[in-house]
Amino acid sequence: MALKNQHLFNKCFGGNLSLSVKRLAVSIAALAFTSTVTAAELSGNVAVEGRLFTTDPAYEKQAESGGVSLSFLPEFKHKWDNEDQQFTFTPFYRWDENDDERTHGDIRQLDYLVSKGDWEYQLGISKKFWGVTESQHLVDIINQTDGVEGIDGEDKLGQPMFRVSRLTDTGSVDFFVLPYFRERTFSGVNGRFRSPLVVDTDAATYESASEDKHIDYAVRWSESLDEFDFGVHLFDGTSRDPDLRIGQKNGEAVLVPHYPLITQLGLDLQYTGEAIIWKLEAIHRKRKGDDYSAAVGGFEYTLPAISESGAELGLLAEYHRDSRGEVANAPFQNDLFFGARLALNDEDSSELLAGAFVDLDNSSKSLRLEASRRIGNGMKLNIEGQVFTDVDENDPFYTFSKDDYIQVELEKFF
Amino acid sequence: MKIKLLLATLLTVSSLGVFAETPAEKGLRIAKAADLSDQGFSDFTANMVMTLKNRAGKTSRRIIRIKTLEGKGDGDKSLSLFDEPADVKGTAMLTFSHGLKPDDQWLYLPALKRVKRINSKNKSGPFMGSEFAFEDLGSQEVEKFTYNYLKEEPCGNGMKCHVIERIPAYKYSGYTKQVTWIDTQAYRPVKVMYYDRKNSLLKTLNATGFKQYAGKHWRPALMAMQNHQTGKSTTLEWTNYKFKTGLSKRDFNKKSLAR
Repeated sequence: MALKNQHLFNKCFGGNLSLSVKRLAVSIAALAFTSTVTAAELSGNVAVEGRLFTTDPAYEKQAESGGVSLSFLPEFKHKWDNEDQQFTFTPFYRWDENDDERTHGDIRQLDYLVSKGDWEYQLGISKKFWGVTESQHLVDIINQTDGVEGIDGEDKLGQPMFRVSRLTDTGSVDFFVLPYFRERTFSGVNGRFRSPLVVDTDAATYESASEDKHIDYAVRWSESLDEFDFGVHLFDGTSRDPDLRIGQKNGEAVLVPHYPLITQLGLDLQYTGEAIIWKLEAIHRKRKGDDYSAAVGGFEYTLPAISESGAELGLLAEYHRDSRGEVANAPFQNDLFFGARLALNDEDSSELLAGAFVDLDNSSKSLRLEASRRIGNGMKLNIEGQVFTDVDENDPFYTFSKDDYIQVELEKFF
Repeated sequence: MKIKLLLATLLTVSSLGVFAETPAEKGLRIAKAADLSDQGFSDFTANMVMTLKNRAGKTSRRIIRIKTLEGKGDGDKSLSLFDEPADVKGTAMLTFSHGLKPDDQWLYLPALKRVKRINSKNKSGPFMGSEFAFEDLGSQEVEKFTYNYLKEEPCGNGMKCHVIERIPAYKYSGYTKQVTWIDTQAYRPVKVMYYDRKNSLLKTLNATGFKQYAGKHWRPALMAMQNHQTGKSTTLEWTNYKFKTGLSKRDFNKKSLAR
């Protein structure tokens, strides 16, 4: 399955779907339709997004003031055998007015899941989230980041996988075989959120001789014991985080992603008290000639109810540490995140999250806001924005310092 | 309050002898009997349509499927699967209820495929913007309250009801007390009046259309919650009740949230 789709993945990121890829996509869709027959459930969303940048771009060819983007994420799901077996197909496509690299498609999910007794098996393309913290997802390593989608790194590319899980009384042990590697997506020459040099995703290099066909393995054991939830994982394979090396393309300097092989041991731990939640994620990563550790930990405190309306206010603080110190790959090496989350708990599920990252070494700051509410039945309005201030020129976020933005997205669910 | 109750208990015991029952004892006895009468359901599944209505009469709808596993020696486990509104489709909530100990609760967010353990402090908060608070919909374990028997009175349809006041014994409740009407024959909870933190009447819940399932277990077809302070209301229509469907612990594993 991985090999079959390899071509599709490679092409989708170029932004133009070739004919053979189209044919492949059509045949996958046809497969989806035939195997889901009549009991298939269709849901998903279509969204229009507008972005406004408040300052002129830092680099040549970058889009001036923002632009419009459209996205489509349908999901076909078919469950049978008393819901013990299911098939899911979730393609994704985004068109972006300015950035050809952000105009891209992906198969977020195309998989078959079966659960029998204490065992669960999953085969196909899917997504797995690991972790507990809010401001960074350190242990979340199964899927590659779909970097052009947003700067928070929460959007992920579909990962081909075979998973076997053994359920325990209060948790599970999950074994993963990951037969194909997905490259990270980066903004193109016309996109914002990039460095002065554009990342040439067509020239990626790998430590492994089998390149993106290297087979990765992962295992995670997770349990919930009273107030504690924990997960321990071991990952062995190609790093999802590339090194960016300076190279050349058509006589111009570019950044070339290089993906090393790594072994990672990681822990995520949460203590859930009645009013306070403590969270910790930590990793130790080993690669040729290099070892490092990183951690993020903090708390979320829920304040007493503000009013009879049931609105809820939570305060968050998380501290980030990375043993490598201030290097390009580690934006959070000695940083503090603090923020507030307001949930109105009203009919429209109105929510607001506002927070700030502060680099304690160089005092670079970044303020972030996310807000959402439902509109009517089946529409949702999402607003997000980020402001970078006093960014030190040695900080990895320095290249974004002219990319303050506000984004408004309207999603229609069906 | 506790001292008063204790004094009252002592006085009653000393004046009437050990065989007489205090209102607190009688309230607890009936709560236990009601709990016992529903024991042995093993598991059930049901569909719930929740209709919110604001003061202007505008309505909005939520559709949720519920699976519940009876707890043995501990509270029940339940899984709520959200189908509507469309933007929350695929969201799921897993709750392990306990007695006085706070419930364990996990939320599954399908867009991120993230399972998130959440705290239960916001018990008094509205469930999906409705007039039902989380604590109203949670498993009503006996230990969660202290009781005070008030009286017996007719409660419609020729039924007679025990009227029992119950006071939340758990932290962070939004109520000072609830007054419950439980029918004397089958212990069906037909009405609850909720009193807010200022001890004024906040809401009334009326449950109707009770039917018996698996020869023993009574469940209502309609639950109507009226908020007296805001004029808003919420109804829950229950359909497709199925008992003893063979659910087991593995259906209430964190993994089951993502299925």
